[in-house]
Amino acid sequence: MDLNQKRTRTVDRVDSVDPDLVSPESTPMCPFPDEVLEPVLSLINSHKDRSSVSLVCKDWYNAERWSRRHVFIGNCYSVSPEIVVGRFPKIRSVTLKGKPRFSDFNLVPEDWGADVYPWLSVLAKAYPFLEELRLKRMAVSDESLEFLAMNFPEFKALSLLSCDGFSTDGLKAIATHCRNLAELDIQENGIDDLGGDWLSCFPETLTTLQVLNFASLNSEVSFSDLEKLVTRCKSLRVLKVNRTINLDQLQKLLLRAPQLTELGTGTFTQDLVTRPVADLEATFGSCKNLLTISGLWDTNSLYLPVIYPACASLTFLNLSCAALRSFELAMLLIHCKSLRRLWVLDTVGDMGLEAVGSWCPLLEELRVFPADPFEQENVAGVTESGFVAVSRGCPKLHYVLYFCHQMTNAAVATVVQNCPGFTHFRLCIMNLGQPDYVTNEPMDEAFGAVVRTCPNLQRLAVSGLLTDLTFEYIGKYAKNLEILSVAFAGSSDLGLKYVLGGCPRLRKLEIRDCPFGNAALLSGLTKYESMRSLWMSACNLTMNGCRVLAKEMPRLNVEVMKDEDSEDSQAHKVYIYRTVAGPRRDAPPFVLTL
Amino acid sequence: MSTSLKQHNHHHYNTHSPQPKMDPIPKTHNQDLNLKATELRLGLPGSESPERTTIGCVKNPNLVSGAKRGFSDTINFVKNGAFLGENKNNISGKDTAVSSSPKVPVAASKAQVVGWPPIRSFRKNSMAAKNTKNEDDPNAEIGSCVYVKVSMDGAPYLRKVDLKIYSSYQDLSLALEKMFSSFTLGQYGTHGSSENPLMNLLNGSEYVLTYEDKDGDLMLVGDVPWDMFTGTCKRMRIMKSSDAIGLAPRVADKCKSGN
Repeated sequence: MDLNQKRTRTVDRVDSVDPDLVSPESTPMCPFPDEVLEPVLSLINSHKDRSSVSLVCKDWYNAERWSRRHVFIGNCYSVSPEIVVGRFPKIRSVTLKGKPRFSDFNLVPEDWGADVYPWLSVLAKAYPFLEELRLKRMAVSDESLEFLAMNFPEFKALSLLSCDGFSTDGLKAIATHCRNLAELDIQENGIDDLGGDWLSCFPETLTTLQVLNFASLNSEVSFSDLEKLVTRCKSLRVLKVNRTINLDQLQKLLLRAPQLTELGTGTFTQDLVTRPVADLEATFGSCKNLLTISGLWDTNSLYLPVIYPACASLTFLNLSCAALRSFELAMLLIHCKSLRRLWVLDTVGDMGLEAVGSWCPLLEELRVFPADPFEQENVAGVTESGFVAVSRGCPKLHYVLYFCHQMTNAAVATVVQNCPGFTHFRLCIMNLGQPDYVTNEPMDEAFGAVVRTCPNLQRLAVSGLLTDLTFEYIGKYAKNLEILSVAFAGSSDLGLKYVLGGCPRLRKLEIRDCPFGNAALLSGLTKYESMRSLWMSACNLTMNGCRVLAKEMPRLNVEVMKDEDSEDSQAHKVYIYRTVAGPRRDAPPFVLTL
Repeated sequence: MSTSLKQHNHHHYNTHSPQPKMDPIPKTHNQDLNLKATELRLGLPGSESPERTTIGCVKNPNLVSGAKRGFSDTINFVKNGAFLGENKNNISGKDTAVSSSPKVPVAASKAQVVGWPPIRSFRKNSMAAKNTKNEDDPNAEIGSCVYVKVSMDGAPYLRKVDLKIYSSYQDLSLALEKMFSSFTLGQYGTHGSSENPLMNLLNGSEYVLTYEDKDGDLMLVGDVPWDMFTGTCKRMRIMKSSDAIGLAPRVADKCKSGN
């Protein structure tokens, strides 16, 4: 079955609960009794597999919907909460994603939507025993968090990533009322940090906590309450504290919780040495189960070595808050032979990356963040030679996020030759429109090499000076590409046409500041229903072009965000997504659904 | 809630984000920018409406019309003239690259663009906060901190202390003794009361605590009122008494010859 067609039928499935549409010949095709089918299906966790299962026949569709415990909704506007609860009666865990990804970079105005409250009120009635809620880029208010805390007595796990609209008051409600809380994971949100007393709201009877991550909050918490909490929660395996926790306090926490598998430290230096460094080192040595270390703010050559005893078994090291220099990283990595994932700042330089290549042969993922993203002159950072050095030493590398100021086509070609298994290739050359700095040619051949050499490529982000040729390569070779991010690239409509005409597996396409116009947009008419969403901002789209699309494809929401400055006929920001819920009713005034 | 959150976010951005360095965009070129002019905003993260703020850019609503045509102009512009949008087939931009005036496009491409580089606000803020600490000024004042370097003769590395967290000379000397005890205990073991090895050392005249004031003079710690000291001290040095001739009264007494 052609993949596009399959995806469309999945949309159909959610729309009409009438199972007769599934198989026209509704004779009992399925010989398995439900008692056999349901337990078997309950072992399937991947939501993509479950979607496939539900398409087999009426019996399988029913068995699947009754056995599903976790529902993943990649775009909260693609379906309504009523439809979800109507189809799946026994959900225990919900994952919801809201705003388009470019909202992380201030491209989506506030009050755009993705409010979780309408979902919560429906979920409360249908799933009173809901246990887990994971939200990404949703608008979450304190009222929503209070509602959550009060209406779901079995609630166990809350994860908020890149959400906004709430304050620490909302966390107070969660801490106070969720008697069985096992997970509180607060990451990188737009949170109004009013103070750290939320932590003291955990009742003394709460002993079930397994995951506590408040690394991104700024306010100081009561250390004695934290210490008591850590002491009584014997199953705690993930603890990520914030910057206000000092080394002394961290030591105490580690002594209480040697069973931790993931640790996020606080400030990792101190002015007053109250305890010898050797003590700290011994404490880290006693944490035999550590797989992940993060935090490490302000660390330096004196204190970083205390983690060496814990490094041999580490699989993930997140140094993106620690501005290490190359030799500091090198000294550390000597001890990290099991490392699979590494996040660093570009302060480590190419020499630091050479150390990565030398000491981490099992490395699968590397992310290099810029310490000074807005500094444009006299920046050090990493270059193409660091990239090549890593690829030489780490043949298993398949995920890279690399911020740099200069790159060459030849270097990228070498990298993918060394590591043909790339699944995620995100290269950000920070200077806009930067060509290959050696040959002065566009970076087309770099990305051409990537898509030709890496058959498993799922996610690609391009940058630098790029012509339509890049997109011709992508359309032609990137058969497994699912997510593509494009900024300040391309020469004409052809670029987008190539991508929309190729890339059969494309799900998410986000484009900004490219010369793609209506003709290109409309060339993908039939493709958009097989995709989750398309974002185009600061391109050449007009309202008329968007209206044509909206008219031809009624099952898409074509939303245009009006900008005060742009002319009425321009479609400044366009967000297009498939949906069975119709146009959204909570759109703010600046969002027009065509 | 949303208004207070807005303000909070902006406060966050405004206090921590580093000022971008950029050349002002010359007015003449704005007319060529068309749509791009309204996009290449020099909006600092967290400015009131990040997509609207322009610094050094003339905002001209008339430039928006004819945006379609304007865009390929601006693509030329953004790409430093290295590749001409109309000329799709001519991929080797080498010959055409240098002809158009490089300076102006370079200036604009250095302008800060909204949402570029694609770094999450969270990461921008946490790194910016770190950057303010590493200023060139060795005694960076962040808020109400006054960090000064403290060196000790013979110690392999220096320390830094925040004078503002101490309220008296005694507090300071206690703190310093804790900090540097590891360097002195090795030589002298525990003699006298073990809680004050440094004070003992100072009392024993092996070491003297000195500081460099605003005028660059080497002074003995303790002569002036504490508040005056914190205001004028630029760095401290724990000197061997044998080097401190002329400073410490006790030492001066011992070495009458002085200089």
